[in-house]
Amino acid sequence: MKEFKILAVIVALVGITYYGIEPYAHHIMHPEVAPADFSFKTLKNVDTTLAGNVENGKVLVEANCIACHAIDKAGYPAVMPNADAAASYGVVPPDLSSAGRIYDKNYLANFIFDPVTAMHLEGKYTPESGKQFPMPAYNWMSPQEIMDIVAYLQSVTPKVTEGKEANKTTFEAACGRCHNMKYAGIEATTPKDNLKAYMGATPPDLSQYIKSRGEHYLHSFINDPQVLLHGTSMPRVGLTEKAQEEVIAYMEEIGDSKKAERESLGLWVMLYTLVFAILAYLWKRKIWSEVH
Amino acid sequence: MAEFKKADSMLEWFDQRLGVVNFAKVMMTEYWIPKNINFLWAMGVLLTVLFTFLVVSGIFLLMYYKPDVNMAFDSVNYTIMQEVAYGWLFRHIHAVGASVVFLVIYIHMFTGIYYGSYKKGREMIWVSGMLLFMLFSAEGFSGYMLPWGQMSYWAAYVITEIFGGIPVIGDELVVWIRGNFYVSDSTLTRFFMLHVLLIPLAILGAIVFHFYALRFPHVNNEEGEFFDFDEEAEKYLAGNKKESKVVPFWPVFLSKDFFVLGFFMLFFFYLVFFHYDFAMDPVNFDKADGLKTPAHIYPEWYFLWSYEVLRGFFFEIAGVSGKDLGLMAFGFANAIFLVLPWLDRSPMVKPANQRPYFKYWFWFLMADLIVLTVYGKLPPTGANAWVGFASSMTFLVLFIALPFITKAEAKKVGGK
Repeated sequence: MKEFKILAVIVALVGITYYGIEPYAHHIMHPEVAPADFSFKTLKNVDTTLAGNVENGKVLVEANCIACHAIDKAGYPAVMPNADAAASYGVVPPDLSSAGRIYDKNYLANFIFDPVTAMHLEGKYTPESGKQFPMPAYNWMSPQEIMDIVAYLQSVTPKVTEGKEANKTTFEAACGRCHNMKYAGIEATTPKDNLKAYMGATPPDLSQYIKSRGEHYLHSFINDPQVLLHGTSMPRVGLTEKAQEEVIAYMEEIGDSKKAERESLGLWVMLYTLVFAILAYLWKRKIWSEVH
Repeated sequence: MAEFKKADSMLEWFDQRLGVVNFAKVMMTEYWIPKNINFLWAMGVLLTVLFTFLVVSGIFLLMYYKPDVNMAFDSVNYTIMQEVAYGWLFRHIHAVGASVVFLVIYIHMFTGIYYGSYKKGREMIWVSGMLLFMLFSAEGFSGYMLPWGQMSYWAAYVITEIFGGIPVIGDELVVWIRGNFYVSDSTLTRFFMLHVLLIPLAILGAIVFHFYALRFPHVNNEEGEFFDFDEEAEKYLAGNKKESKVVPFWPVFLSKDFFVLGFFMLFFFYLVFFHYDFAMDPVNFDKADGLKTPAHIYPEWYFLWSYEVLRGFFFEIAGVSGKDLGLMAFGFANAIFLVLPWLDRSPMVKPANQRPYFKYWFWFLMADLIVLTVYGKLPPTGANAWVGFASSMTFLVLFIALPFITKAEAKKVGGK
């Protein structure tokens, strides 16, 4: 009985200390932020209830988009090599093949209308900065026309098998123009020097971000970087919840590849230790019965 | 040379040459431990096992780790964690083991303080134990630098910077420790050497010394009772096992330790596999970058209390800068436990709860250390800074007051 009391005192002291230096300190250093908003409901420039016309969208895309963007899966290859594109625009313009799948519809429509507001980069592209986002705003288009483009992009996006393939494709489409993933052998499609000039700093390698930032942080951060890192030049990308989950799953696959092994082995080791502990207890009782 | 007759058994063969039978008696079956003990007496064996875990996992890590600023981070986080079969397991055991070993050291240490196991002949046990604590601290600090993450770098930067506060030689000392003007490749390789060779050698020596220091004064017991070990041992050997106040180290004492060890290991492996963030700080999975200071820099949890004593003094007092005061207090905090046997002036060897004044001192100290630890991690701004100051002062006052408190206690109990 006395030993249980001692144990209780130790558990209490250790527990209080642990609470203070882990959950409590974490809570103080990383205050909770507004929950991620995957409907991007602050963006209201385009009426997204309008049904888009794919045929008309194709015409509009050919006239307005493919001068800069590739849509490889729809038969529009890149206009120039990545290095030249980066030199011309600052950053390689995205191939729009996956756009209809990975970007939220409301976000995509509002992005076309006004990219800087959609990306939450008003702080970077101020009139005083003299900087201009390489893609112009299409706020002169009618909401119907914008929705036609969105409908077209959604119609050409290829189906991908869920799981590893989707995770990797989504990561490359959403993050791969700026970020390296060294542990997967992925290098940003925009050359390093262009990127540094364009972003102000070299975007980090994401190989270990699943560990250094963790799923919880990434969940909010990718949805809207400004919320957790005010003033960052990383844009809000506008991923759907599903696409974001795929990105995070890919980061885990690369950054914490032994997770499944760790968790299954962990159970076996603990089971083994439990058997050891029980046997040790029985042996101890036998031995001590002779001396007590 | 002695005459050797032909041995009848393997045991006899070895006994003739190495005296194994006597050795086993001296070390195991006739090494006497008091019977009146609780599970806190198992911490020594737990520490021995944890240290073995650290050595073995460390040897495996050493096979793939590269002590070079350009390669260290990837050798740990890619090669060891992802490429090498079960490399992650060795790293997790090593990192979690390093953290948990301090938890057990603290339990071991405060058990010693609670039961007064540092006085009346047991001074050298205490001193050698504190020496081990210091060596483990150096080992923990040097090891934390090796993954070359952001916290490795910045903790190394901040802690080595502390030596700059030492008068006259400070600046040169910092350069001498780092091997450069800033934390760099030369710092990493020398801390690597310290971590895998020099300090472990010193630890091994200190462990042997610590065990040896136990032989003459013997292990303390739950009531602080002094008795004749030889007499009690004779009783035990004569078969009066139940009457005797002692038990042999093997198998009786160790059977209890194995039982405690079993359940402790269950907790340990839970941490290794499922709950390791506290020992492997997420910030350290960002590669070291000398141009990018992390928002919060803090040492590992086991250094937080003394770190808080260091930064608790944040303003000038009587013309001495806060930085210098903090440094002095930090030096005091790290040295003071070493001389505890001479600060406790009461001859009583009893558990703290049976000592009229000391019990208050003990629980005050525990509470203060917890406050220091918690606030050592929080940002030192606003009210936090004042809590840090108050708890640092409390720490100093507790130790300055200890001789007087215990002297008064000795008077009250009349030298009992």
